[in-house]
Amino acid sequence: MATTIALIALVALNAYVLLAGADFGGGVWDFFATGPRRTEQRALIADAIGPIWEANHVWLILVVVLLFTCFPAAFSGLAIALHIPLTLMLVGIVLRGSAFAFRSYGSTADAPQRRWGRVFAIASVLTPLVLGVCIGAIASGRVGDMLERLDRGAAEASFVSLYVSPWCSPFTIAVGAMALALFAFLAATYLTVEADEAALREDFRRRALWAAAAVFVTAFLALILARSHAPRVSAGLIASVWALPLHVLTGAAAVVAIAALWARHWHLARVAAAAQVSLILWGWAAAQAPYLVPPAFTVANSAAPPRTLELFLWALGVGALLLFPSIAYLFWLFKSAGRNGSAAQESD
Amino acid sequence: MGDVLAARSQMAVSLGFHILFAVVGIAMPVLMVIAEARWRRTGDAMYLELAKRWAKGTAILFAVGAVSGTVLSFELGLLWPGFMRFAGAIIGMPFSLEGFAFFAEAIFLGVYLYGWSRISARAHIAAGVLVALSGAASALFVVLANAWMNSPAGFQLVNGAPTDVDPVAAMLTPAAFPEVLHMLLAAYAATGFAVAGIHGFMLLRDQRNAFHRRALVVALIVGTPAAILQPLSGDISARYVAQWQPPKLAAMEGQFRTEAGAPLRIGGVPDVAAQRTRWAFEIPHGLSLLAFHDPQAVVRGLDAVPRRDWPPVPVVHIAFQVMVGLGTLLAVVGIWVAIAAWRRTDLAANRWLMRAVVVASPMGFVCIEAGWTVTEVGRQPWVIYGVMRTADAVTPMPGLIVPFVLISALYCFLGVIVAWLLYDLVMRSPIAREGDATISPAAA
Repeated sequence: MATTIALIALVALNAYVLLAGADFGGGVWDFFATGPRRTEQRALIADAIGPIWEANHVWLILVVVLLFTCFPAAFSGLAIALHIPLTLMLVGIVLRGSAFAFRSYGSTADAPQRRWGRVFAIASVLTPLVLGVCIGAIASGRVGDMLERLDRGAAEASFVSLYVSPWCSPFTIAVGAMALALFAFLAATYLTVEADEAALREDFRRRALWAAAAVFVTAFLALILARSHAPRVSAGLIASVWALPLHVLTGAAAVVAIAALWARHWHLARVAAAAQVSLILWGWAAAQAPYLVPPAFTVANSAAPPRTLELFLWALGVGALLLFPSIAYLFWLFKSAGRNGSAAQESD
Repeated sequence: MGDVLAARSQMAVSLGFHILFAVVGIAMPVLMVIAEARWRRTGDAMYLELAKRWAKGTAILFAVGAVSGTVLSFELGLLWPGFMRFAGAIIGMPFSLEGFAFFAEAIFLGVYLYGWSRISARAHIAAGVLVALSGAASALFVVLANAWMNSPAGFQLVNGAPTDVDPVAAMLTPAAFPEVLHMLLAAYAATGFAVAGIHGFMLLRDQRNAFHRRALVVALIVGTPAAILQPLSGDISARYVAQWQPPKLAAMEGQFRTEAGAPLRIGGVPDVAAQRTRWAFEIPHGLSLLAFHDPQAVVRGLDAVPRRDWPPVPVVHIAFQVMVGLGTLLAVVGIWVAIAAWRRTDLAANRWLMRAVVVASPMGFVCIEAGWTVTEVGRQPWVIYGVMRTADAVTPMPGLIVPFVLISALYCFLGVIVAWLLYDLVMRSPIAREGDATISPAAA
């Protein structure tokens, strides 16, 4: 049962990465909006994420709530060790969300629009970076090590060695950069589908291809650094039985995504990009299974009592019955082909 | 400032900030839906304008509420990992259900805001109703979790660890019903009167403005019944506290000594060193009567528990006085509005009533802040009443003053911006007369 719930947590994280990740990526492209069509680029991004970003954001809350209900020990451990990056991530989340809302529903005058656009864009760059750093820190095993030291009573250990070095290393920063590149790649690929103007579509096609190159470089860096900084994940990624098929699949998805972008098969590119990002996430999870926070907490040893898990599954089932049709309705309303009017103007 | 105090302060700032937006997210959709329903029924375009403007304000406030709520869900762990480790499996349930309710609210708010011309009239209203319902459900679930902290149940304590965990029993605690009822009514009363006050203020300057007249009526429809019912719900809450958390009641009332036929103290300043409350206006037997419905009932004072288990008495007492005082005033204004409406007089033309509505405008929100101060500070020194001390729940990381200052500065900044945006939104409201076919917003 605990394993089932851990898999559900991974699915929710996957949904967050694919949906909210792309919203953050949109902010990255707002930041890098250049050329003669920069206003149109920004308008397209705002239209694309306006109706859905808050619903997408809730996937993160679901992951958090799921962790603290079903794996309370692991959750509190993560909160202790990653206090600083998580707080920074929260600042990013707060600024991104409120700046976007201020820009969309506040004054339509030029200066505040630009100012909030700036805040929105910078926060959209910061947040994925820190999220990646946190995931890298967990994967590296240093978070778990730090918690074990704390349990043994590390009174003499310095603040930096306990609360900074577990998440601040070349490896975690490489993973952060990779997360940023992935989100930007997703967003640009999605936006090629959403743009209804050929020139705009070309803008985002070029951006998607550049982001794909950035993904390649950062992923390569992370992989190299993993050998020395995250040996457990590194071993999982290289040695285990499922490693080869997973790598082949991830690589295939990446190749298909890039080829489809190249050949301007927008819908195929979107599916392949989403598959590629998901496979990377599942690869990480598989490499550190059965650990939630290696080496301190496994899925089994940090799970809540069975009664809680059982009830949680029931609640999740009922919640899914109510929510999935609602989410489908939201996306059908604003994302299906031919319905892509400019939604933002209607809210005025 | 010590780490525990810094963590408590950060939690207080985060909760105090979030609650303002959460409350608006509960009640504002009701106003929106009423305005839209009136437009659909009467064809009066001013109601449509109203629904759209309120929806816009709600969108800003909801976004800030959503992100500040996310901050809280993380802070539970960032600041109180000991608490979450102990309690996660017991009260994760209401938080999860709240997550679903919040999900529904975000989805249908998106549909409502961006779907004006994409879906049928019925579907649009239904989306609004779902936003309102899921907002209320979110509040219900979150307050259930808080109720558990005040009257913990659903587990056995064995060697300091919880066993026999029963999440359902943990949701149905003695504090659950009084707290949820009190919070929901507070949300409708505070938001209704805050909005009514804004439009009342505009009506004092321009009495014939048809736009503000409609807004005033819709806001009062939501705020008035809640404000009038709130004292009754307060009585239920007080009797719960008297029975289940006597030290909290003693702090609220400044009752240092255990006594039969205890007086009700209005105002006053508790002097903890001298163990008495000075300068209070005392009504003999009042407290025994209110708390136990018996003038001779024994009220347990702070002396019934060891000194180390006392909450900070002056803060709790004064916050409680503020909440009850302003809440009573709000109820009085509510009754005045109800009488005027029942007599079918023109509310906007009654300048004294309008002035009262304007003065009452911020009271509901002040009451909410004061009320949560009573609940939360009154529970101290416990994070889980009688089970876990707040000081034992805090994170081992030192230097907590830094995140406290960071979050406070961030929220101050956001608060100023939101206030300015709302001011801007109100000031750009249309100048309209009865009988105008269409309205011309100054700058929409």
